Amino acid sequence: MFYREAGDFKTSYRDDSQTFPIRLDRMGYYILMFVAFFVVPFFINDYWVNAVFAPFLIYAIAALGLNILTGYAGQVSLGTGGFMAVGAYACYKLMTGFPEVSIIIHILLAGGITALVGVAFGLPSLRIKGFYLAVATLAAQFFLVWVFNKVPWFYNYSASGQINAPERSVFGVMVTGPNTEAWAKYMICLVFVVVLAWVARNLTRGMMGRKWMGIRDMDIAAEIIGVNPLMAKMSAFAVSSFFVGIAGALFFSVYLGAAEAGEAFGINKSFLILFMIIIGGLGSIFGSFAGAAFMVLMPVFLKNVLVGGMGWPTDLAAHFEFMIVGGLIVVFLIVEPHGLAQLWRLAKEKLRLWPFPH
Amino acid sequence: MKFTKLAAASVTALMVATPVLADLVFPSLSYRTGPYAAGGIPYADGFADYFTLLNERDGGIGGVMTSAPECETAYNTEKGVECYEATKGEGALVYNPLSTGITYQLIPKVTADDIPLYTPGYGRTSAANGKVFSHVFNFPANYWNAASLAVNHLLDTNGGDLSGKKVALVYHNSAYGKEPIRTLEGLAAKHGFELLAIPVDHPGQEQKAQWLQIRRERPDFVLMWGWGVMNQVAIQEAANIRYPMENFIGVWWSGGDHDVVPAGDAATGYKAVTFHGVGSDYPVFDDIQQYVVGAGKAAGNGDNIGKALYNRGVYAAMLLAEAAKKAQEIHGTPDITSSMMRDGMEALEITDERMAELGMPGFGPAFTVSCENHGGPGTGAIQQWDAAAGTWSLISDFGPSDMEVIQPLIDEDSAAYASENNIEARCN
Repeated sequence: MFYREAGDFKTSYRDDSQTFPIRLDRMGYYILMFVAFFVVPFFINDYWVNAVFAPFLIYAIAALGLNILTGYAGQVSLGTGGFMAVGAYACYKLMTGFPEVSIIIHILLAGGITALVGVAFGLPSLRIKGFYLAVATLAAQFFLVWVFNKVPWFYNYSASGQINAPERSVFGVMVTGPNTEAWAKYMICLVFVVVLAWVARNLTRGMMGRKWMGIRDMDIAAEIIGVNPLMAKMSAFAVSSFFVGIAGALFFSVYLGAAEAGEAFGINKSFLILFMIIIGGLGSIFGSFAGAAFMVLMPVFLKNVLVGGMGWPTDLAAHFEFMIVGGLIVVFLIVEPHGLAQLWRLAKEKLRLWPFPH
Repeated sequence: MKFTKLAAASVTALMVATPVLADLVFPSLSYRTGPYAAGGIPYADGFADYFTLLNERDGGIGGVMTSAPECETAYNTEKGVECYEATKGEGALVYNPLSTGITYQLIPKVTADDIPLYTPGYGRTSAANGKVFSHVFNFPANYWNAASLAVNHLLDTNGGDLSGKKVALVYHNSAYGKEPIRTLEGLAAKHGFELLAIPVDHPGQEQKAQWLQIRRERPDFVLMWGWGVMNQVAIQEAANIRYPMENFIGVWWSGGDHDVVPAGDAATGYKAVTFHGVGSDYPVFDDIQQYVVGAGKAAGNGDNIGKALYNRGVYAAMLLAEAAKKAQEIHGTPDITSSMMRDGMEALEITDERMAELGMPGFGPAFTVSCENHGGPGTGAIQQWDAAAGTWSLISDFGPSDMEVIQPLIDEDSAAYASENNIEARCN
């Protein structure tokens, strides 16, 4: 009744293949963008940006990156944490080495460096698949973290091996360092997310994305119809690592401000992001956002309800948090193995017919 | 969309969550879960119990009640950030995160927000230089003091000569564990011993390779910078390779009761550095028993009293309470702000008489904090474990550390921080 496509006619191919073909979806998207860009920045405070928005947006970029590799191209990776570390350390070295260059360029370059590293570690994917590839990328995870701990050049020979983000600004507005305003921190993350999600959407529905999906669904068949597996796999690794590298750079410079390789970019991070895309939905842009939101916001939300709202002791609440989040993950995966994105798709199908399902 | 629903739900949750407003708020970024909980729980209990004691016995500090709201960080920096932002708005006077990683993250933030950060015996060592770190305090002792104290003890037991000896450092492979390496390198050069640094990755549950290396290299002494589950495993592994325990010295974070108990009798003789008294033989603990545990208001179940880390939590809380009192005196108002609290910490003066008045005679050193020196005297002693009695006992006096080696390192590291962040030196 409210959500329908009757009367929504398309008169050109261009209209027909747009991302949001249904008018209501499109309106929702425009309203969301308007709120995100013109309403939220005026109301956001330090708590909201540091506990909710910055981690959500940054993890969404990382999830988008991993989703391109795993969800679209079918290459399982457990090296996400390591690649985020590459982005973070590259960004740190660039920030401290070339302080006069804009931070935006540094973050993009950090993504580029991560793409190169990702391609290097992606080479084994030409020979091995599935679990074996997962193990190869696991090696990348451990090797990269070890390198950043071991070689003092990466952390500018500081006594503790910590890297600290110096203050940098964009158009005269501080975006890194302690004096960053909440809205500036939010906006820089938001701009990167929106641009990268737009890039990801357009890559995945174009020829490149079709090649990736061909490789994912059956690599031999894809090769027979003319997809070059070398190019397809390497481009998937490069684009995915570029996204993950940018997420790592933002994670360190904008969100945390200080980081150490083992603690911030350990194997747990790789798993966390893999869980995000599995829960959100493999091979779905929306799924990357939904998964990131679920994994980042759920613990914060539960903590606020259990400790702040119900006054439970913090340790009890922390344990319950694990159980509730874990339970919800199991429930979601049983109810809908294809993730939150599929739930959303089904809900829309139902809504189109509602209230007359027959 | 799912996200908007969740966001709306969290908005309502936050609105429902009304913080407990007390006048003097000392947030406790504690960790009672995860691989570091064994040390985090007694410390958080001690910290909370001392403030409860002040409320119950004295009616707060200067007539104003205190509160120590807890926030669970699980020793994780991301949760630490969330906790900092969540408690900042409740009028937090000072932060004590009990994590070097979180400390590094908070140093620039607290300076911008004008809230002091108190990191006794942990955190960024060079924060002892108040000229650069205006809002960070790590009195009465820091990691580099600990490294020097451990080496001093080795000198004492070896007739003042360590040349040609081999000393291994088993350390947590993080900012925390890496901190002492520089000082130990300086001390190795000065005293002519050889340093062998052996990292253990988080969380340190598996150390077979490291102790195999120790077995092969046969160091004369082993120092340890461990935390959480890593300590227990290391002491057990040392016992397994029959490493002589009296040659094995941990930093104060590797000197908790829970660290040595799992190894049983084999742990007897294990030593650790400490910067405060051991045991429960102080009047303040009787008061805690009476007013806090007896009244059913203890943060834990009251069985941690007298344990090394509980004592440290009490000690940290006591110094903060004294600083708050000082701040009330300076500014002539009982309702102090975080900025006044900073002034109080910088003017803090602890005398032996005051310690006795507080029911903690000889528990810690007498010292004064100044604008230049935020690090205190850096004194400490060596404690040794006796498994049969189940107690730590002090085997040395509280002695000084080698500031001749440490001070240049503090100056160098803080100068590097100052130039990275364009900080002008204060206190001129």
